[in-house]
Amino acid sequence: MSAPGKRAAPSPMPGDPTTSPALAKDFGVTADEWKRLTETLGRLPTYAELGVVSVMWSEHCSYKSSRVHLRRLPTTGPRVVQGPGENAGAVDIGDGWCAVFKMESHNHPSFIAPYQGAATGVGGILRDVFTMGARPIASLNSLRFGRPDHPRTPELMRGVVAGIGGYGNCIGVPTVGGEVQFDASYDGNILVNAFTVGTARSKDLFFGLAKGIGNSVLYVGARTGRDGIHGATMASAEFDAASEKKLPTVQVGDPFMEKLLLEACLEIFAKNCLEGVQDMGAAGLTSSSVEMAARSGNGLELDLDAIPRRTRALSPYEMLLSESQERMLMVAKPGREHEVLEVCEKWGLDAAVVGKVTDTGRFICKATPGYDPFDDASAPKQPVTVVDLPIGLLTDDAPKYERPMSEPKAPAPLASNTVELGDEPARVERLLGFLASPNIGSRRWIWRQYDHVVRDGTVLGPGQSDAAVVRAFCEEGGEKFLALAVDCNGRHVELDAFQGAAMAVAECARNIVCSGGEPLGLTDCLNFASPEKPETMWRIAKAIDGIAAMCTNLDVPVVSGNVSLYNETDGRPILPTPTVAIVGQLRSVDDRVGIAFRAAGDSILELGPTSKGNLAGSEWQVQQDGKPLGTCVGIDLEMEKKVQALVLALAREHVLQSAHDVSDGGLFVCIAESAIAGHLGAHIEGAEKDLAPWLAEEPSRVVVSVRPENTTVVEELAAEHGVPCRRLGIVGGHRLTLDHVGTFGVDALVDAHASALRPIVGD
Amino acid sequence: MNIAVVQFPGSNADWDALHTARDVLGAKARYVFHRSTDLGAVDAVIIPGGFSYGDYLRSGAIARFSPIVPAVRAFAERGGPVIGICNGFQILTEMGLLPGALTRNAHLRFECRDVHVRVEGRGAFTDGIEPGTVLRLPIAHADGRYHADERTLRELVDQGRIAFRYTADPGARERLPANPNGSALDIAGIYNAKGNVLGMMPHPERASEAILGNADGFRLFESLRTHLGRAA
Repeated sequence: MSAPGKRAAPSPMPGDPTTSPALAKDFGVTADEWKRLTETLGRLPTYAELGVVSVMWSEHCSYKSSRVHLRRLPTTGPRVVQGPGENAGAVDIGDGWCAVFKMESHNHPSFIAPYQGAATGVGGILRDVFTMGARPIASLNSLRFGRPDHPRTPELMRGVVAGIGGYGNCIGVPTVGGEVQFDASYDGNILVNAFTVGTARSKDLFFGLAKGIGNSVLYVGARTGRDGIHGATMASAEFDAASEKKLPTVQVGDPFMEKLLLEACLEIFAKNCLEGVQDMGAAGLTSSSVEMAARSGNGLELDLDAIPRRTRALSPYEMLLSESQERMLMVAKPGREHEVLEVCEKWGLDAAVVGKVTDTGRFICKATPGYDPFDDASAPKQPVTVVDLPIGLLTDDAPKYERPMSEPKAPAPLASNTVELGDEPARVERLLGFLASPNIGSRRWIWRQYDHVVRDGTVLGPGQSDAAVVRAFCEEGGEKFLALAVDCNGRHVELDAFQGAAMAVAECARNIVCSGGEPLGLTDCLNFASPEKPETMWRIAKAIDGIAAMCTNLDVPVVSGNVSLYNETDGRPILPTPTVAIVGQLRSVDDRVGIAFRAAGDSILELGPTSKGNLAGSEWQVQQDGKPLGTCVGIDLEMEKKVQALVLALAREHVLQSAHDVSDGGLFVCIAESAIAGHLGAHIEGAEKDLAPWLAEEPSRVVVSVRPENTTVVEELAAEHGVPCRRLGIVGGHRLTLDHVGTFGVDALVDAHASALRPIVGD
Repeated sequence: MNIAVVQFPGSNADWDALHTARDVLGAKARYVFHRSTDLGAVDAVIIPGGFSYGDYLRSGAIARFSPIVPAVRAFAERGGPVIGICNGFQILTEMGLLPGALTRNAHLRFECRDVHVRVEGRGAFTDGIEPGTVLRLPIAHADGRYHADERTLRELVDQGRIAFRYTADPGARERLPANPNGSALDIAGIYNAKGNVLGMMPHPERASEAILGNADGFRLFESLRTHLGRAA
């Protein structure tokens, strides 16, 4: 290995511009970063090298603003099989099997090209999971759109939903749940976060390693085109009015190709002929090569002439930065390359040996100037070095920032915290209208466009339970039942980043226990505005602390995740949105619990602290004031833990007829949804006249229904757990009556609920 | 009982079919890859749902040219029971084993939900079910709108070959159209003239276990078992 500085400079390709600080700036590389780069290299980078450095140093790939804070997340535990740092995380689900999962954002591409942006977001997360050797079994998504009456909302929503469906439905992985919120802060910057879970034998997991000096590097899957060049850089910048010109940076998805890739990969993995594998996601060929080499402490050399391509005259710069979808990079065990190629032939996939693992610690790319396989008169292959960069410079030694932080000023207090709606007909009308609002009512227009039943594993699907319950077929390990949920309410995070993020984790875990599962591990997607604003950076740090505190409190380790920053347009930031998804497990499928009221005569009880009627950050409050105001409702860590332990114990005792946590829209919406799902009314007694406690969104509350003879069982167990428990009323009839509030026909509730998205998407 | 599940590269309900036939029905079920030209020893064939070859052209239009198709056709012509579900139905029409075509849903969206179908025509997969029985089954398709010319429709009616028609949910809670895709005559599934080849859009193999909240679809598999028992 020669000393740095004495290496021959790589050759610029004919036609490539000379690099300069100005060009670097266009690529998102700051003046300081440029200085650091040129000083380290002792020369100017080539055009291709600058491209490589700019994507590897982008926020999206390097986590340069968040890295110092992410260290505070708890990532270990007895069930953790794989923590953060790999393509996906994994938790043990028994009998040698594990659940492999991750969540990823595809926010910026989805705003520019909603269908393709969302579709390739799904494609990317599926690849992250099957790259680990796991067969994907279910997906979720978390979506944020602008206000319902914003002119772009209908088109964005139609495109995103069709894109998610178009990809997931074709490849045959059920989309079993998710969440969506509309808020003016997302008018110019929607969020599309996609989650996938798969299952594998823990001993058969694959990692992104480039081990074994001299081993062949193989390219498998779709051919390389010009789509998505600089996608990672685009995802690391703010938007402005000119952003729609960035259309060519959005990738185009082919779910059929991905299906072939999935089947071929699982077949290749089963042969045990690989040292490592990684998908070509953000920053494509570059990041997959560099990250695999970095994890193994090796170097990697690519022969760009051998890259399968779909278009003419691709330059090294374009090949290295393309984010064409459905591609994998593999490192074969010595002499086993042909096994990979044979499986690819069976599935009709392109595959080629494109490089080798080296001991140089450098990322070296060679290419023949002017070579083009599509051109009969092409120059003969005489490759020269076009990229020669130290792996460390692109990974561990990439810039890391401790950006300045400052506490945002406290939100304005609420003008009023009581809700008076006039006489009973007026109250009923207003509350039915509230139930029909886009943030509250049914999401069926969305999930009916997703195949949520393929693979015969959907035990409780969308709308049936607080968490989806899916069956995983684990061969010799038998059938296992996983609970899946995704949550975040950015309004509470806006009011208090620590409390709001802790509440997101708590709600997600609460959804898991309400379905009968025990939370095992968490993945997150931290969606924030520009970290270069000290107030935003403060929120990022506090939100991470809030997630860490609640994860520690509930013993739920963080095993994977993703950070999406610069979510703002023309200086208007999104609500801070640290979305979390949790994978839980049911001991037995008989433990499952849905939200629907089941039988007339059942007792309805509320577990957890009674509402104090603090409307801050609630849907009701935001509808009145236009934005979240007031003092965040906050969360009591200890109480949350007790409530969840109680609900899980009750589920495992098979006492619960239904369970539904109190969240968006408060207690009124919670009870109405159980009535709607079960098509059964209820009589709720002794309600107060002020409606605020019906609409406030204080956490740590669950409404359950039980057979009448089990009422005292619940009360006794609640007392043992130290959880307040109050009788609310009785299930039955075709009307929902709330004393002192009003009486609602169940059919009227059903219709109002079903109509929620109609103002946006029609039908 | 040997059941072959034909596996195209883009089949995605192949597992659903294999699992139901093998683990729920208790048959000897196996995949037959589309590149094969031989079904092997087999008593019934399932052409599962999915996107055969990506279906970027017309659903099932490329599948009809695949190597396994002649073997399926020969098996069907010998009277062997063949069921095509969803994409499988589309492929059977493209192969010409069933008349008509499946076109884009009237509302132009992919739709996944439970529908109700009334059992009408008699054949290998419904002999054991009382005509008029209403089954609840899930659909998941974008191209499920059955279309055929007037003469064909009349023939289907006259010969009792309409296996299932969409019908209203007897306990309707939500006001949804009974016919989810605009199919002619509310057709959800049809038989060939001999009654051994069935194509249907709803997925009985995704509604064959209590654990999935619905076992109505298993009636078709039980019917097949009875049919094969009688034939043996």
